[in-house]
Amino acid sequence: MSFGQRVDLALADKVLKVAVERTAGTAEAKRALAVEAFPAFEDARTRAAAIKDHVIAHLGHYLEMFEANAIAAGAQVHWAQTADEAATIVVDLCRKAGAKSVARSKSMLGEEIGLPHALAEAGIERVETDLAEHIIQLAGERPSHIVWPAMHKTREQVSALFRAKHRDPHVEETIAAMAESARRHLRAEMLGADVGISGANFLIADTGSICTVTNEGNAELSVVPPRVHIVTAGIEKIVPSLPHAIHMLRMLARSATGAALTQYTTFYTGPKREGDRDGPEEMHIVLVDNGRSAMAADAALKEMLRCIRCGACMNHCVVFRQVGGHAYGGTYPGPMGAVLTPALDGLSANRDLAHACTMNGRCQEVCPVKIPLPTLLRGWREKSWREGLEPVSMRQGLGLWRQAVLRPRLYRMASGATVRAMRLLARQGWIARLPFAGAWTKYRDMPAPEGGTFMAQYAKGRRR
Amino acid sequence: MSRPSVALFVTCLVDAMRPAIGFASLKVLEEAGFDVIVPPGQTCCGQPALNSGDHDGAVAIARATIACLEPYDRIVVPSGSCGGTIGVHYPELFADDPAWLARAEALAAKTHELLSFLDAQGWRPDGVALPTTATYHDSCSGLRELGIKRQPRALLSAVGELKQLPLKGAETCCGFGGTFCVKYPAISNAVVEEKAQAIEDSGAALLLAGDLGCLMNMAGKLHRRGSSVRAFHTVEILAGMGDGPAIGEAS
Repeated sequence: MSFGQRVDLALADKVLKVAVERTAGTAEAKRALAVEAFPAFEDARTRAAAIKDHVIAHLGHYLEMFEANAIAAGAQVHWAQTADEAATIVVDLCRKAGAKSVARSKSMLGEEIGLPHALAEAGIERVETDLAEHIIQLAGERPSHIVWPAMHKTREQVSALFRAKHRDPHVEETIAAMAESARRHLRAEMLGADVGISGANFLIADTGSICTVTNEGNAELSVVPPRVHIVTAGIEKIVPSLPHAIHMLRMLARSATGAALTQYTTFYTGPKREGDRDGPEEMHIVLVDNGRSAMAADAALKEMLRCIRCGACMNHCVVFRQVGGHAYGGTYPGPMGAVLTPALDGLSANRDLAHACTMNGRCQEVCPVKIPLPTLLRGWREKSWREGLEPVSMRQGLGLWRQAVLRPRLYRMASGATVRAMRLLARQGWIARLPFAGAWTKYRDMPAPEGGTFMAQYAKGRRR
Repeated sequence: MSRPSVALFVTCLVDAMRPAIGFASLKVLEEAGFDVIVPPGQTCCGQPALNSGDHDGAVAIARATIACLEPYDRIVVPSGSCGGTIGVHYPELFADDPAWLARAEALAAKTHELLSFLDAQGWRPDGVALPTTATYHDSCSGLRELGIKRQPRALLSAVGELKQLPLKGAETCCGFGGTFCVKYPAISNAVVEEKAQAIEDSGAALLLAGDLGCLMNMAGKLHRRGSSVRAFHTVEILAGMGDGPAIGEAS
């Protein structure tokens, strides 16, 4: 399906609009309050961006430090160049552990490397333990938001889904009863898993720890009881030390949900140690590159590696708010997805993403790590133009226009003629159908030009 | 003693669609104590090329515009969007070209968006009254690239009998986005539909802003909906032209 087709589907779906507006609208309002209550949030953004820029500039140094410290803590570290390599490593580890089922705590990197698909192919049962991911799994869909994967569904739709799929569904039509229904359904499956898989919000270089944040405690319940814990993490998740992680956590929670902190913030350092009462016997950390090293070396993209996956950019994006996440077509939606998807999945099939943006700058304004998203999107537009991916009509139209813009006398003639022609089409000051601009007049009227360009009237001596 | 001078970069949209904004700009700049020059070679700042990814085209147009405008002491633009292109994006275009970068930065430093320029001069409309209600939309480029927020409201508060009403989501994009609105018309329409609703809900008789592109988008949507809200560029009100035809009203 093309981008345009996905957009048409999304715009026709009035329930989707309600669902997106409820969640993103609440997130927008709560974030604004959280930022207002945070002294010098602007300075905190600057510091967060500086922390990320520093580690991106010294990625190798900190990754080696992380690896050494993780191994010292008893974990095993694996390196994956590509998405396929990463998925294969995880599946092989599951097989080696003799896993029939895995409990998985929501991770967008897992989506990026195609882990749900790879596990299914290997015949390993996957239990999604995040409530929203559970909803998505029951519905057989893909996440539409990086923080709220089931954002596109209303609670009414979720209720119907639970009634159809849960063994012992809720009776009362309340959110609490629905959550209980999911808990009854998930608990047994979760605790019976052979392997727990999580992502990582941060990798702490000087301790070799990984950090997860959740609001449901499902990460802890997914990875502590099973014998094996597998972590998949993008290499850009690294921070030098715990204080840096704490700073990023303060930015992450506020930017994502407006909360000061998530309900559960857990640091995991190695597997179960002697004397520990619980914990996995093996901890494997799969560090995934999948294009990130190349991005770090690309001046037009490296700032994207600052991203901490808070979702603020999409929550505040006028386009996302209208079309939701699935319309973007990639793993990551919204402004950050529009920058990442061409890097991950190729530009030619995704050139629309960079263009379907009004360049209003709101995403950059709310980004906790100050990623200049509009600039990065413009970079993709330039690459698309350079590589000849832009439609011929656009190239030719802009080419002719440029010829006129660079020749003021020709430009005056052309603009004068355009004004006269447009006035012929006007009725009482408005044009209801304009040839060559039907995309405008399909939805709105075009005000007719006043008559006579400013430059022509000024040249004739008019001054007011 | 001779008065200081400003050059008016009228912008391509104002030139073709609504010269009244240009003449209003001349009037208020003269009232603010400036001799106004209209550089004869000006056309368009090149934003359509810049935002379409046509880097070379944008560079060629930027060079022509820099050459056209750099002889003047200060340049004033009745648009945050075009002002942002010259003031913020021209220097970015020449990041790898030191000679042109210096010229682009010099021009950027003396180029000002009209409403913020008037406010910075301490100018206020004198003896202008308009007994009606107005709501203000913050156009994105002006707001986020140039920090224009307080200035137009301060200027408008000096217009007698004009009551300013708040607009819910005043800082939310109207869905214009230059070529965006014709490349993705259905998304643009969904956005401007919400904007038009918010404008109508404000209860104001007039919609004001500082960018003609956004104004044409919102006014065109309001008219298609059969709304009675009328739209003006802020400078037209400041120049005492608020009793004339609004955008789309036959003159």
